[in-house]
Amino acid sequence: MHEMSVALAVVDQVAEAAERAGDVTAVRSVRLQVGELAGVVPDSLAFCFELVCAGTLLEGAELVTEAVPGRARCTPCAHEWAVGMPPRLTCPACDGTTTDLLAGRELRIAAVQWETGDPMPTREPISEEC
Amino acid sequence: MCRVVDLRQAVLAKNDASAHTLRTRLAAHGTTVVNLLSSPGSGKTALLESELLRARERAVPVAALTADLATENDAIRLARSGAPVKQVLTDGLCHLEAGMLAGHLDGWLPDGTRLLFVENVGNLVCPAGYDLGETLRVVLASVTEGEDKPLKYPTAFGLAHLVVVTKIDLAEAAEFDEIAFRANVQQVNPGVEVVLTSARRGKGVGALLDRALAAAKGAPPHTPVMAGLPDLRHGHAHTHPHTHADDTDAGDLAPTPS
Repeated sequence: MHEMSVALAVVDQVAEAAERAGDVTAVRSVRLQVGELAGVVPDSLAFCFELVCAGTLLEGAELVTEAVPGRARCTPCAHEWAVGMPPRLTCPACDGTTTDLLAGRELRIAAVQWETGDPMPTREPISEEC
Repeated sequence: MCRVVDLRQAVLAKNDASAHTLRTRLAAHGTTVVNLLSSPGSGKTALLESELLRARERAVPVAALTADLATENDAIRLARSGAPVKQVLTDGLCHLEAGMLAGHLDGWLPDGTRLLFVENVGNLVCPAGYDLGETLRVVLASVTEGEDKPLKYPTAFGLAHLVVVTKIDLAEAAEFDEIAFRANVQQVNPGVEVVLTSARRGKGVGALLDRALAAAKGAPPHTPVMAGLPDLRHGHAHTHPHTHADDTDAGDLAPTPS
């Protein structure tokens, strides 16, 4: 259950970034890329994330996880394949054992959506706007 | 106003930075860390005790730190070797992190320690994601655990520099299929070395010490496919060394009003 530690790391980093930005009043969502080989369970992470967000600027924020499939390329024959789970990291085409992992180990915060205290840009009000 | 901000930060950037700092700090003192990962009950304490004894016989200054949720049993066993040993109780936490390890080493790690063996919490899931500043990561599995262990825990086995099979004296009784086990290891970590050991019979004892000493002398350890492109954790794939300012600080704060 290291998802709790991962959730804490996410919340800490987003809170720090929000503090640096200065005028953030609330965080609405956090988009996370989770590779197939990252060793993190998205459902478990979402559960922990909600708990860790309580009482912070991120309270109520949505965690959007983007799964990144594992892909590899054989160095000698250049064949590319989806590694699957459990991953196959030897080449299915030539049985080569020199492989480059192209994707699948990601565990990163891609983007956050937050509210700032900026005044709305001034403009002429439009009467139909609600 | 609602803004979308590209952070582009590795979630474990802080741990990775702490691990890097610890590795550099220990290297300056001539200490190399070996991180031992396995399931509970795989026999890593028994093997480590034998390896520590062997190191003492060869006058290699070694120390060991062992992490468990509770009890000091492992430290008591390891201390029989005569090597300096520290027990860390994680109070339920399932893995060690680099910052925690650094805190435990402060004021304890004896000067002149050549090799520090860290016996991680018995768990093949959580510790796999945390670099502890080690130079050699070793995953152990006993013959009673089944040949498919590497496929069930691909991240742990996939990131290992060395795989150690323990309790090989029980192989026949457990009907351990060594060929199938090796094939499964190769599937998730092509090219990694697999050594067979029995702490009880003394078979293969010393192999771990030899590999650790080689790593301490600067021999480059095996590069696992899964670890081959560490920058994947930063989100893009390339192999040339450089630093990423955006992984240690706030990242590219490029607000996009929405």
